[in-house]
Parts: sequence; C-alpha cells; structure tokens
Amino acid sequence: MSEHADVLIIGAGPAGLSAALAAANDGAQVVLLDDNPLPGGQIWRDGAQANIPSQARHLRDSVEAHTHIQRHAATRVVAKAGSQALLVENPERGWVITYRSLILCTGARELLLPFPGWTLPGVTGAGGLQALIKGGMPVVDERIVIAGSGPLLLASADTAKHHGAQVVRIAEQAPLGAVATFAMQLPRWPHKLLQSFSLFDAGYRTGTRIVAALGQDHLEGVRLQRGNKVEELACERLACGFGLIPNVQLGQALGCALGNNAIQVDAWQATDVAGVYAAGECTGFGGSELALVEGRIAGHVAAGNREAAQRLWGERQRWQRFAGSLNQHFALDPTLKHLAAPDTLLCRCEDVPYAAVAAHANWREAKLSTRCGMGACQGKVCGAAAHYLFDWPPVAPRPPFTPTRIETLIQLESAAQSEH
Amino acid sequence: MPDLHLDGRPLCVAPGTTVAAALALGGDGSSRTSISGQRRAPLCGMGICQECRVSIDGVRRLACQTLCQDGMQVETQA
Ligand SMILES: Cc1cc2nc3c(=O)[nH]c(=O)nc-3n(C[C@H](O)[C@H](O)[C@H](O)COP(=O)(O)OP(=O)(O)OC[C@H]3O[C@@H](n4cnc5c(N)ncnc54)[C@H](O)[C@@H]3O)c2cc1C
Repeated sequence: MSEHADVLIIGAGPAGLSAALAAANDGAQVVLLDDNPLPGGQIWRDGAQANIPSQARHLRDSVEAHTHIQRHAATRVVAKAGSQALLVENPERGWVITYRSLILCTGARELLLPFPGWTLPGVTGAGGLQALIKGGMPVVDERIVIAGSGPLLLASADTAKHHGAQVVRIAEQAPLGAVATFAMQLPRWPHKLLQSFSLFDAGYRTGTRIVAALGQDHLEGVRLQRGNKVEELACERLACGFGLIPNVQLGQALGCALGNNAIQVDAWQATDVAGVYAAGECTGFGGSELALVEGRIAGHVAAGNREAAQRLWGERQRWQRFAGSLNQHFALDPTLKHLAAPDTLLCRCEDVPYAAVAAHANWREAKLSTRCGMGACQGKVCGAAAHYLFDWPPVAPRPPFTPTRIETLIQLESAAQSEH
Repeated sequence: MPDLHLDGRPLCVAPGTTVAAALALGGDGSSRTSISGQRRAPLCGMGICQECRVSIDGVRRLACQTLCQDGMQVETQA
C-alpha cells in the first residue's frame, strides 16, 4: 500500500505547519507527518498541561481544515524507499509515501552532555523537562535545578514554576558579559521565547556549570561550580541542556550537504538534492518566527510559486540576524568538554563509559570496538556529544533510522521490486 | 479521563497525558533497567533518546510520544 504527495513534509512544528499551508494554498496535494501524537513541534507542544498561543492554534486549525492536506500523527520515517519515496511507520502500520517534492522540517534537539550522575532518574534535558511537564508530568513542590546554556533554560524554568515547582538555581555556563550584551539587544526582537528572559530571577547565575548529579538510585542533589566556588544543592530534579543542535540525520541520509552542522539551503530553501527543501531549525537555530517564514518560503517554492516565496525574503533576513546574535553569545565554554569522569557513561543505550570511547581515534573505530552509538537511540545522544567532545563529525545514519517492526521493513523489498 | 494500568496497577489520568507523565503519576517515574542494571527514566522528552521505552499492550513504544488511552496496559522494563 502506498500514498502519493505532490509535497511531502517531515515535521509538524512551526516550519512544517506553515510550509503545508503555503503549499496547499498554491494548489499542491500535501502530506504532513510528525512523530509526535499532536502537531506543534517543540515550542507549540500540546498536552495535558500545555498552553498553546492563539497564533499557533489558528495555524494548526487551518492545516487541519484544509482539504489538500493529509496529516499523519505519531509517524516516523524509517528508510528511503526508492528515488522519491520514503518508508514510514505509525503504531498500527508501515507504508511507502512517494513524492514530487520533499520538505524537511525536522527541527532541533538539545545537546545533552555527559557528567557524573547524568543517568540518574530525576535528570532530564532542560527543554526535556518542559516537554515532560507539558505532557502532564507533575512537579508541584519539587525543588528543581536547571543548568546548561541558552535562553531555553529560562523558558523551562518558567514552565516549571508555573506548574508549582520551586526552581532553586538556574546555572548558565556563559559569562555575565556575554549574556548581558545579549539581553540588552532583546527589545529589538519581539520574540516569544525571550519574553521569559530575565537576568533578575533570584536563582539565575552566569558563569556557572554543572559538576555532578548526586544520589544513589535517584537524584538527591547537584554540585555546581562558579569560578573556584563549589556549591551543593538538594533537589528532586535536574534539567540540563547545552543549547540546540539541528536534526540533520534524515537530510544526511538523503545526501543533502551540511554546513555549520545544519542542512545547507539556498535562498529558495532548496538543498543541493533536486526536489528536496529544508526549513526551520534543521537549517540552523533561529527561533519560531524564522522557522515560520522559512516554512512558508519552502512551501511556496515546492508548489512552484516562486513569486510568493521571493516576497518573503526580507522578513526572513530580519530573523536571521537575531539567530546570529543568539549563537554568538551562548557559545559553549571549552571546560564543558571535561565534565565527564572516566567512568561516566557516554553511551546510555549500551552503557559505554567515557574513557572507553575517548581511547579511540574516531567515531567509527569507537563504535566498532565499544558498541557506543549502536543502541536504540542510534547515536543521536552520544554521537552528538562525541561530536562536541572530540570533534568527531557525525556520520549519515543507516536505515532503519529508528527501531522498526519487521512487518514494516518487509515493505522495503516490495518497494524496491516495483522500482524495477 | 483515560483509565489505564501501569505495571498492573490501575491509574486514571487527565486527557492529553503522555505515558511518560503517567510513569511519574503512577510510579517512581522510571521506565527501564539499563544493560548494566541501572534504573532509567525519560531524559529528552521528545522522542530522541529512547530512555523512556516501555511496553504498551505488548508493543515497545516511546512513553514520551504516546498519549494515555483507555484500557492501555503499560509495563516498564524490569
Ligand atoms: C526541547 C525544546 C524546547 C523548546 N522550547 C522553546 C520555547 O519554549 N520557546 C521558544 O521560543 N523556542 C523553543 N524551542 C526552540 C524551537 O525549537 C523553535 O522555536 C521552533 O519550535 C522551531 O520550529 P521547527 O518547525 O523548525 O522545529 P520543531 O518545532 O522542532 O519541529 C520539528 C518536528 O519534527 C518532528 N520530527 C523530527 N524528525 C522527524 C522524523 N524523522 N520523522 C517524523 N517527525 C520528525 C519533531 O518531533 C518535531 O515535532 C525549543 C526547542 C527544543 C529542542
């Protein structure tokens, strides 16, 4: 069984939703899929304890109501299934979708770095904590420490406080000077994420990094360091993330060139692979406004309406300048490369310690002899960490891109046969 | 209000609750035991890290990307 789309879009965050609407309004038949049960991506993640802004609701409703858009929830891309076809899977079935144009709107994930104790239950990503709370995880009266880097720490703190948690410390690794310069520019950018940005939160500390998560079977406290000063705090949760990294794996697997660790695109949001476009945070971090306008441009171009796309170039340029500022001021301090102890697990799927991986010359060698990156997450966590820690460039993933049922994989063969 | 079972115990949650949240609402929050015997819990919250994988009605799925449904049988991995 297969399905055809004029324009196939992977990812239903701001970029994917706006791309779908633009392409459908130009007359294209659109298929939009996302691995989450509900549309919205990261910033507009819906759930039991989520609060979705009206702009997002409106965009989502327009996509839902459009007769040219078919949306598939809880659906992941498993493999390439021919020259213009992808094998996908949802909880019930697997099938092939053929396309004329493909738009990658796969967004970004958090950079998670290993430090002693980071595998303890109670430790999550920073954006991870926010996502879990939106999904209904209770944090009432819990003491929470948030650490790492970037504006997401404040957004996450805001969500946690709103749901009754006591945020005892926000530890930002960037120095005060850089964060203050960034904060001074904020009035120029009416950005949602930044509305929560306040240097005046009583618990906010710059130049402060995580040293260890403490506890035996679950988290009981954290150790932080600022200059020479070490501080220990008791807490029930630690949320720790070191900024965002673009989800480029699918683009890489399709042969798209990367630049600056993101999918490289031209002014039309086109990758160097014919018929494949990319928009939003998989092309570099820039926030939801940039993702929205890039999505619209990609949607119009994929549907053949270049004039409409070109009219949006000015708007895109404005938000690109903002992205540049963000990346510059939250640059990671090199000391973060040495957070892990020799016995700290780097690969959480195969339980491979840092020292075992560090003993190798490159990722391929480390993988073959230690099994790091060969477990269920397929290196999405440890491979990204190793890229930062050892400067080992990430390699294109091999199919299946995600743990997949046999019945789904069998369809690859019939897809290959029908190609011939 | 979905009614489900978590490791055999009944649990009722609000609509829109993920299975990852249910692990904390109806248990100690943990999802699986790692190959070297450590207990683990959801980490990334967004379908990347696979730490939250559990068995739902006999099928391995990610707790953070699955919404609770009536009658679901969720088993954490011992
Ligand atoms: C954890 C986290 C929390 C964030 N919180 C905020 C916030 O509070 N405020 C803010 O302003 N910004 C936040 N951001 C930044 C945010 O990512 C952007 O502002 C915006 O959401 C980017 O939109 P996008 O459409 O490019 O990508 P995203 O919103 O990331 O959407 C991408 C979607 O594609 C899906 N996807 C990826 N790969 C596949 C695949 N292979 N198959 C199927 N589906 C796939 C993802 O699950 C996701 O739903 C957050 C980012 C992260 C990572």
